[in-house]
Amino acid sequence: MAKQQKSLGQIFTAGIIKENPVLRLVLGTCPTLAVTTMAMNGLGMGAAATVVLVGSNLVISLLRKVIPDKIHIPAYITIIAGFVTLIQMFVKAYAPALDASLGIYLPLIVVNCIILGRAESFASKNGPLASVLDGLGMGIGFTITLILMGGIRELIGNGTIFGLVVNSGSVIPPMLIFILPPGGFFVFGMLVALANKIAVKKGKEPAKLGCGGCPMHDSCSKAAEGGCE
Amino acid sequence: MSVVNLVQILLAAILTNNYILSKFLGICPFLGVSKKLDTAVGMSGAVIFVMMIATAVTWPIQTYLLTPNGLDYLQTIVFILIIAALVQFVEIFLKKYMVSLYNALGVYLPLITTNCAVLGVTVLNIDEGYNFVQSLINSLGSGLGFMLAMVLFAGVRGRLETAKIPKSMQGLPITLVSASLVAISFLGFQGLVDGLFK
Repeated sequence: MAKQQKSLGQIFTAGIIKENPVLRLVLGTCPTLAVTTMAMNGLGMGAAATVVLVGSNLVISLLRKVIPDKIHIPAYITIIAGFVTLIQMFVKAYAPALDASLGIYLPLIVVNCIILGRAESFASKNGPLASVLDGLGMGIGFTITLILMGGIRELIGNGTIFGLVVNSGSVIPPMLIFILPPGGFFVFGMLVALANKIAVKKGKEPAKLGCGGCPMHDSCSKAAEGGCE
Repeated sequence: MSVVNLVQILLAAILTNNYILSKFLGICPFLGVSKKLDTAVGMSGAVIFVMMIATAVTWPIQTYLLTPNGLDYLQTIVFILIIAALVQFVEIFLKKYMVSLYNALGVYLPLITTNCAVLGVTVLNIDEGYNFVQSLINSLGSGLGFMLAMVLFAGVRGRLETAKIPKSMQGLPITLVSASLVAISFLGFQGLVDGLFK
């Protein structure tokens, strides 16, 4: 990739809109669908993932010449898991309510494809400053998307945004299904469709779930044969 | 612990708490590999296999090593490393000794390290306070539920191939919307398990 030629500002903003990890690169779909029943959860999840992303990008970029190529995936996973453990302890200590609502998805940041994906495709090839900015941009893009999805689902499904009552249900009763699992798939599908529409208008490819986004891309034998599909 | 309790855990893991459709774990393979029936079955077979082995290894480590020594906070780091090492080991073992099984599952194994369903099931077994047998049954049920959702969805996607779809909905968006419809059908199982054994 020709990312080295990009300025630092471009690296930072790429993750927010142009290469939005969720809507354009289709990474991290599990937490996107699971925790966005409320806008607040989206914010918490996004912030936690951003901290892990920035930290792991920085460390991996600093160690990129030290880690032997053969064991780079286990090494990256260990670094990421270290940061996730830190965040887990921090959230448990200072935001127990958030810990309760994120539950299992907090430790699962370890296997969030965005983080390993960025480590593999960016931090392992770029300097520390660029990697931190990339992590920050991607993290902010992730957070914004989560808040957007959480906001839509909370508003339609529960009539509130960030806990503030917007629709008390006297005229239009809230549609509970939007905060249930099917609503998550539906809202996500609609958002990707919208992002595709805008992207196609600007002459870009619609978002695709291919092997490109997979962190195991380089080591997967299927990828060479043209993907799992 | 009775047999009824185990059946309850198994059915709950397959139907009511389906990993893909109600817990959203393992969405990437669900969307990526469910295009054809045979790849869907191969991938979920590998997931069931790794989930069972991972549970059989992580549960004793958590119970006899981490908890007695006050090292609970190392859970995430230890579990993910065990799963990563295990997947590598299983791959090497199958390649050497069980070639036919390797040919069926091998290509999916590297993808499973970063599959949140596997790490999810091992952590959830601990969180739920299951004992060893219950944990294994829960992993089996979760894996079977994963397979059920994948196979059902492969069928749905087969129908999408020939359907006329508006341009901006093509590809991923229509897949997600149809996943939403499949998830609605699984909502019908809510309360089934509690009702069965009352």
